[in-house]
Amino acid sequence: MITVESINKHFGENHVLKDMSFAFEPGKTNLIIGESGSGKTTLLKVMIGLYESDSGVVKYDDRNFTEMHFKARKNLRKEVGMLFQGGALFDYMSVQENIIFPLNMFAEKSEEENLERVNFCLNRVNLENTNSLLPSELSGGMKKRVAIARAIALNPKYLLCDEPNSGLDPKTSILIDNLIQEITQEYNITTIINSHDMNSVMEIGDKIAFIHQGKIWWSGSKDDLISCENKELNDFVFASKLFKRLRKKF
Amino acid sequence: MFTALKNIGQYFMMLRRVFSIPEKRTIFYKQIILEIEKIGINSLGIVLIISLFVGAVVTIQTAFNLSSPFLPKYLIGLATRDSLILEFSPTMICLILAGKVGSNIASEIGSMRVTEQIDALEIMGVNSANFLILPKIIAAMFFFPFLVIISMGIGMFGGWLGSISVDVTTADFLYGLKYEFNPFYITYALTKTVVFAFIITSVSSFYGYFTKGGALEVGVSSTKAVVYSSVVLLIFNFILTQLLLA
Repeated sequence: MITVESINKHFGENHVLKDMSFAFEPGKTNLIIGESGSGKTTLLKVMIGLYESDSGVVKYDDRNFTEMHFKARKNLRKEVGMLFQGGALFDYMSVQENIIFPLNMFAEKSEEENLERVNFCLNRVNLENTNSLLPSELSGGMKKRVAIARAIALNPKYLLCDEPNSGLDPKTSILIDNLIQEITQEYNITTIINSHDMNSVMEIGDKIAFIHQGKIWWSGSKDDLISCENKELNDFVFASKLFKRLRKKF
Repeated sequence: MFTALKNIGQYFMMLRRVFSIPEKRTIFYKQIILEIEKIGINSLGIVLIISLFVGAVVTIQTAFNLSSPFLPKYLIGLATRDSLILEFSPTMICLILAGKVGSNIASEIGSMRVTEQIDALEIMGVNSANFLILPKIIAAMFFFPFLVIISMGIGMFGGWLGSISVDVTTADFLYGLKYEFNPFYITYALTKTVVFAFIITSVSSFYGYFTKGGALEVGVSSTKAVVYSSVVLLIFNFILTQLLLA
């Protein structure tokens, strides 16, 4: 289980995360939703140590990540896969080189075994025979899928995804969402997804946390979300006419 | 002033992370070979062209200024040799490389920063500063001396070509090249080159590594990398000359 306890983070005068506490459910797809600029990405980056929080604690299965020394953090990070908004694939490496990179770096296995793992991961994200392509030759959705393949190459315990379907068409978005959901269930990974895409929330959200004004404003399941009477949450979730109509039907 | 001190502090903090033991040696050696090709071998063309023409121009200018019949012609070869070995090849070539290689390094690392590729490395548990920067520093410190030696040779060849156009005989020019040659000049030139290689790669990497923002900021970092590495290079040129020759 990943927990954040009393996290505070400022950027200059801007108090982005205000005494934020939350426990993410293990082996489930946890979604963090909120408006742009609400602090979703900041929270994710604090959780993985890319930003240092001003105060508070992040724990991975009771291991205090915040107080860990550089080397201990490095070791823990090997258990974490992360999917970035733009994919963050290494430009100068082919698809195969991108996925094999963490394996060559950390897995004490032969080249053949690593290649086998690369092909397995590529098959898992439905990208067979793309090994030699460069990231510049891939579409947005393909880049995201390669990034997922790279993130799962080392069999992570935790998967953090920063807006995995931003910039994708609705069909590809659902494909990516379902892929993440399947992988989460298959490998019993604790997955945390940042999103402001309501389709994703309804599609895969096991547990949902709504960030508003730098705080966890609301949390619950997707069924709770539909019937919830919280004004700020409803303003965000049912902002579009389509969702307003759907809500009336429910 | 405060920003300058902060940058210097940040630079040395970065160097501390750069000079740590690489995660996996086989991957590290591959990176060095890749960087030697990118930083060194790909710079060979520009070094050859510039050295050839500057060698020729230095000879012609020297001949023009030493037109007195009382001055022996071989002095033209001597002046060309000393100009090339002492200053042009180590300093000017490194300044040109600061422009070519420095901007390339800063924009490459800067782009990786703004597209979160460096964050991805960190999350994998890779020391990104060590993985990205150390191979560049080693490759430059290893290969730049070869480029400078090649530059000296080609510059002298260009000088010989130039000498033909100003009626200096090949025998006079070659005599001047060999006249009272002090081998320490080569040691001095190569010592400077190794220090300059370190400055160019580390300063440029610093500006790339700490880029914030987007494409515009990558451009700014690239410009800063060239400007600051050139300035630091010139300051160290003065210091090293004082230490080694004065």
